[in-house]
Amino acid sequence: MTAVGKGIARLDARAKVTGKAQYAAEVPVANLVHAVLVTSTQAAAKVAVDVKDAEHAPGVLAVLTHHNAPKLPGAKTKTGPVDRVLQLLQEDEAPYNDCPIAVVVADTLERARAAAERVAVRYSSGGVQTELRERLAEAYAPKTAGPREPADSSRGDVPAGLEAAFVQIDATYTTTNQHHNPMEMHGLTAVWQGEQSLTVYDTSQGIFGVRKKLATVFGLAESNVRVISRYVGGGFGCKGSPWSHLALCALAARVTGRPVRLVLTRPQMFSLVGYRPRTIQRVVLGADARGKLTAVRHDVTSETSRLDEFSEPSALQTRMLYACPNVATSHRLVRLDVPTPTFTRAPGEATGTFALEVALDELATALKLDPLELRLRNYAERDPHEDKPWSSKELRRCYQQAAERFGWAARRLDPGSQRDGKLLVGWGMATATYPAKQSAASASARIDREGRVLVQAGTQDIGTGTYTIMAQIAADALGVPVDRVRFELGDTSLPETPVSGGSQTASSTGSAVQAAALALKKKLLALGAPLRAPELDLRALDAWLAQRTEPEHRAEARTEEKAERKRYSSHSFGAHFVEVKIDADLRQIRVTRCVSAFAAGKILNPKTAHSQYIGGMVWGIGLALLEHTARDPRNGRVVTRDLADYHVPVHADIPELEVIQVHERDPYVNEIGAKGIGEVGITGMAAAIANAVHHATGKRVRDLPITLDKLL
Amino acid sequence: MRDFDYVVPKSLDEAVARGKQAEHRFIAGGTLLVDLLRLDVERPAALVDLNAVLSERISWAPNGLTAGALARNSDLADHPDVRRELPALSQALESGASPQIRNLASLGGNLMQRTRCAYFRDPGVAECNKRRPGSGCAALEGYSRMHAVLGGSRACIAVHPSDMSVALLALDAIVRTRRSQGGREIAIADFHALPGETPQVETALEPGEIVTEVFVPASGFSRRSAYVKVRDRAAFAFALASAAVALELSGEKIATARVALGGVATKPWRALEVEAALLGRPPTRETFEAAAKLAANGARTTPHNQFKVELARRVVVRALERAAA
Ligand SMILES: Cc1cc2nc3c(=O)[nH]c(=O)nc-3n(C[C@H](O)[C@H](O)[C@H](O)COP(=O)(O)OP(=O)(O)OC[C@H]3O[C@@H](n4cnc5c(N)ncnc54)[C@H](O)[C@@H]3O)c2cc1C
Ligand code: SF4
Repeated sequence: MTAVGKGIARLDARAKVTGKAQYAAEVPVANLVHAVLVTSTQAAAKVAVDVKDAEHAPGVLAVLTHHNAPKLPGAKTKTGPVDRVLQLLQEDEAPYNDCPIAVVVADTLERARAAAERVAVRYSSGGVQTELRERLAEAYAPKTAGPREPADSSRGDVPAGLEAAFVQIDATYTTTNQHHNPMEMHGLTAVWQGEQSLTVYDTSQGIFGVRKKLATVFGLAESNVRVISRYVGGGFGCKGSPWSHLALCALAARVTGRPVRLVLTRPQMFSLVGYRPRTIQRVVLGADARGKLTAVRHDVTSETSRLDEFSEPSALQTRMLYACPNVATSHRLVRLDVPTPTFTRAPGEATGTFALEVALDELATALKLDPLELRLRNYAERDPHEDKPWSSKELRRCYQQAAERFGWAARRLDPGSQRDGKLLVGWGMATATYPAKQSAASASARIDREGRVLVQAGTQDIGTGTYTIMAQIAADALGVPVDRVRFELGDTSLPETPVSGGSQTASSTGSAVQAAALALKKKLLALGAPLRAPELDLRALDAWLAQRTEPEHRAEARTEEKAERKRYSSHSFGAHFVEVKIDADLRQIRVTRCVSAFAAGKILNPKTAHSQYIGGMVWGIGLALLEHTARDPRNGRVVTRDLADYHVPVHADIPELEVIQVHERDPYVNEIGAKGIGEVGITGMAAAIANAVHHATGKRVRDLPITLDKLL
Repeated sequence: MRDFDYVVPKSLDEAVARGKQAEHRFIAGGTLLVDLLRLDVERPAALVDLNAVLSERISWAPNGLTAGALARNSDLADHPDVRRELPALSQALESGASPQIRNLASLGGNLMQRTRCAYFRDPGVAECNKRRPGSGCAALEGYSRMHAVLGGSRACIAVHPSDMSVALLALDAIVRTRRSQGGREIAIADFHALPGETPQVETALEPGEIVTEVFVPASGFSRRSAYVKVRDRAAFAFALASAAVALELSGEKIATARVALGGVATKPWRALEVEAALLGRPPTRETFEAAAKLAANGARTTPHNQFKVELARRVVVRALERAAA
């Protein structure tokens, strides 16, 4: 009767496709009014805002600007390393383009929009600096790479390793801005109950972070702020931290004394909720004649805003992915007049594996060695950075199974040697990797007299299948069929869990859910419930429950990383094998085939896991070939402001994506044996495609995205 | 978006009269206009709905195709006579937008579509001569990867984005219109305007003038025509460069050639020099390559859109190969 491991369809799917699922900006609330943000058209500017016209527009209840917005003592406070500095109309400044400078509240959305168009703004702007390349001299070392890791690392002696090398590769790779662009735009409904108590319906990957932020900004007790986020139409990182519009909507609700709804427009999604920063990455490799790495250097420079620090940790995987005695990495940041970047699916690894795995391909080319063979020769049998054994690592099997399925052995070594009529054919591969993380989480489980099980944890389902896998975990732990279990999430009044980011929900919240269900089972067994048999007799259990006097039985649990786990290093791994076909004349690039294999510990639900993997791979195709946010250097304004100009892949860009889920048992990583699967799929993908493009054409493109003009 | 009136005229004449009034805009499928309303680029006082006064009819006769201005892009593309007799037109329509948009978009609206210049579509940008005459052009020194290399001026380098119009140009189409003085015919080559000093003037139409139908003559070359479009992704994207070509062969030689370019010019662009270089030559790759070298003669490029010169040549070769095949 085990539910875990079964490909159960998402339990929330029916509600979503029938329109029953209510999103944050749809929740019916009485007396509701609407807010619209006015954003700046200049960066690094002082602003003077004239609202006379807007204030007199029909239906307008309030126009907030820095002139009249209440002072918020907590406006600038950062509540933790992943929190962001917000712009809440406290100053007469627009540090970046499209920065919030006014909030218009009106009785209908249309009237709020119409009034917002009447807000007049005067700017006095000095110089604007938005070009990373031009400001490299200002690069500085951040405190950390990503929220926690040291910015620099060094083991062995890189210069000596290079000295000893038979071949060297020294190349610079660049990646561009990407925006998450979930289908559901950020939006919320804010409702005050008096002066001291606030309820917010938000679309969020981390409701407890939102609660903390709102409490801090408005000086409230956390217990007086409730955040509800039952359905999230995609996040990919941009809904992981609270952003300015959130607090501004709550502020508008407080000022007007009405419940207020605010939804960002698609153009606003390009400046108000973070993005993947540009990176410039230099990779230096040395290897002996047989391809054994003798030295690796990976130096990353990325951008951040003048307000806040976000460091894209693109060299982290370079520290641990291959066995090499001499490795040095560094991360540097440049402050620009841009909004603050943020986590974007596989922050660091998505862009970092592009540089590292293309560099390895260049090394393989230089050595006339098969790129897969090169990776096998440098296979890390233990984590060389932390100097620990892996908790599990089936990467070798990933390589083998995906290569075999793809038919990699038939690959010709020479670039440009495979053709299909007018099309140049290229095959490329790369390694995928993402760390397995776990944070403290809690959950509760209860069973009533009718045998209905309710499991609760505050966590979010960002479309990944959390509703489903948590029900599966709880059902197995308790020993009941999965259709007996209802899982509730997305509410800060439920037990606290971490942000749905960093591919850690299954491991963190899953462990807590399992522990809560086990604790409930223990309680029931102690009371003599007939739950022990390997084959559960449901009727006996129901009869037993029905004759009990308690209305329900309940248990709670809190879990965190096991002490034992610290002795191991835990990562998900995978391998991509990709075919591209490129029109010999027109240079249009199409990915025509892709086989990827992943090992990520226990797979709780192969169906939802498959969706996560292919979702990551689709993003990888976007990262490699299409996605690019263009910013006008004269004023820092995003030029590609909608989904017609910002290209994500369409169906026609995506071939059949074949995924192999390699069996992997991990007794150490956490109680449920699952690593993360949400992000590993995108890692390595851009490199595999870039390597295939090189194999097809002989041209090495080191600058993403690889658009056809770079191949002409 | 601001409040506006919505007018349903009872006759074509009433539509013309309404359309002449200040800040009145015609609406057909609305796929473009509603977008511009929402972006606050268009701020009409009233919309005049053409759906009740124009025809959707598509009919083929031995002398050519007549299509009502309301003919939907999808119906026109999929019409068996169009597919057979005017393949470039069918292919051009099918390469545009998405099936959903094509189902709604009209022939007249497609001809009249506005540029996709991102600066034009963003009212947060002050400089755009097309949107605010005399304000300057943000694209000239800005991000101009999608912009025109042909037909631009100091005032504007916005591309005319219509695929269909490029095919119509290669096929010598005639646009029939109605204005207060009555009907008239405008050759497609004269229909779209170069930006010059007045980029806000985009067509030969007078205020209130309505496109009523389009006529595409059957000719010695219309059947042997093809449209090739190169874009960043596989579908649902505007052209980086495109070419509509049509050939008439006589024996082993090219007797007539039509070559029109899209995605690279401020209006659908006839490459007359390429056509001349093809005449009297055999339809071979060598001929095509030699002629295509002239495709972007006179191009003025920016660092961002320079690649379009070479791409235009290659897309012309590919389209000629298709048509000749
Ligand atoms: C996301 C997207 C992608 C697109 N991609 C492409 C593409 O790849 N290639 C391409 O060619 N096009 C593309 N288009 C444009 C599309 O072809 C046009 O939006 C469509 O053809 C407009 O037709 P409509 O009937 O909806 O026009 P409307 O929006 O109704 O009107 C458009 C304009 O034409 C005027 N007008 C309409 N009919 C008449 C008439 N009979 N007489 C005089 N004036 C008239 C209107 O006043 C208005 O200014 C795309 C559009 C969108 C939204
Ligand atoms: S190119 Fe034309 S449409 Fe674009 S900004 Fe310049 S004037 Fe406006």
